[in-house]
Amino acid sequence: MPDSFRSVRVDAVVLRHSDYGEADRLLSLYTRQLGKIRAIAKGVRKLTSRKAGHVEPFTYARLQLSKGSGNGLLILTQAETVDAYLPIRDDLVLTAHAAYILELLDRFTYDDETENATLFRLLTDTLSRLASKSDPWLVSRYYEIRLLDQLGFRPQLVECANCRRDIKAEDQFFSFTAGGAVCPSCGTGLPSSIPISMDALKYLRHFQRSAYTLALHARPEQKIQSEVESLMQRYFTYLLERDLNTPGFLKRVK
Amino acid sequence: MNLPDSIQSLINALERMPGIGPKSASRLAFYLLRAPDDLSLSLALALTELKTKTAFCQECFNITDAGRDRCDVCESRKRDGAVVCIVEESLDVLALERTGAFNGKYHVLQGVLNPIEGIGPDDLKIKQLVARVAKGEIKEVILATNPSMEGDATALYLQGQLKPYGVHVTRLARGLPMGGDLEYADQNTLQRALSGRQDM
Repeated sequence: MPDSFRSVRVDAVVLRHSDYGEADRLLSLYTRQLGKIRAIAKGVRKLTSRKAGHVEPFTYARLQLSKGSGNGLLILTQAETVDAYLPIRDDLVLTAHAAYILELLDRFTYDDETENATLFRLLTDTLSRLASKSDPWLVSRYYEIRLLDQLGFRPQLVECANCRRDIKAEDQFFSFTAGGAVCPSCGTGLPSSIPISMDALKYLRHFQRSAYTLALHARPEQKIQSEVESLMQRYFTYLLERDLNTPGFLKRVK
Repeated sequence: MNLPDSIQSLINALERMPGIGPKSASRLAFYLLRAPDDLSLSLALALTELKTKTAFCQECFNITDAGRDRCDVCESRKRDGAVVCIVEESLDVLALERTGAFNGKYHVLQGVLNPIEGIGPDDLKIKQLVARVAKGEIKEVILATNPSMEGDATALYLQGQLKPYGVHVTRLARGLPMGGDLEYADQNTLQRALSGRQDM
């Protein structure tokens, strides 16, 4: 982040907030211009705050931030909602999905990295898709695959991630260490690899190569849905070396 | 220079309070050192009694005096047991009591659902609420969780949990605050203020 500016305007999605001091909140923001940053929102816990409603989690807002004297923390001075994704707020399952989407991004990114406009766009697009009542399972899986692409963890699904031979149309293994699908002969001996059905792999490949408008039409059966979902979550736990908070919550409220 | 252990341990303890840094902690410790004895003694007494002389009401989970199963509100015959107001924290009960406009009873959840931090239904006093409602004496449940993402999520969850019991579930109105400014209102507030408008 440049040291020179005193005040900056950013497009941001509020990832999380925590209470700070008497009536302030510390916001964790994902911004188009500066990547993930933190800022103090003064007085937003007061009922008459003019900013409070614009900086709730999941909200996409245009913010004016200025650099505080002393500790150099950014201070929120103005806020205006671009999209509050209201349908998400009125539905507990969608809220849980949105929380999952934010948590993944939050865990994989670090404060004051360089900006990544593609990631920001992916985030706002995904929240819009959830708000437009698309199938939340599909929106979340598509987001996961795209997120991995952006972060440099794109899983290898076309050829065996171990011996590089083409994947044939049969049940395979998925290896966390090799970062992709491995053929049955490689997968049986490989540590940290789990079986994956051909159908589940097919959907992952479909999401990886298709635009959202095409992926949108996928209608996998319930069994495949749970298989893909649990595989992806185990892969994330492996990559992050820790459990995520939100999948458990989602399971409870479904 | 090293401080005497007794001062250092007080500073260390004070530092663990929310919003108090090392500087404030030392300032408070030295203030207590110079202040008249009765201040530090009464403070010490209040601190030891804080945990030993308080307990949670076994009905509404509000804070009450130790050795009692039920708080004043739950015991009172003047309060209407058919209306129960659900709040996040004990301090919210205090705020509602100050209005003097509510004559029902309370249920303190002792927290709020927070999907991002992973705080789920089992971490709150939700089962106990459902058990209270299942007894059949409660006719109306007022959801008075905060108007925030977490408060809304909690309200939605409770609504789902209470549905089978056929109890009337209401949510505190949301709209423009006293002394507010329409121009600065967010979509969410303004939309709900419009849909909840009232005849004059």
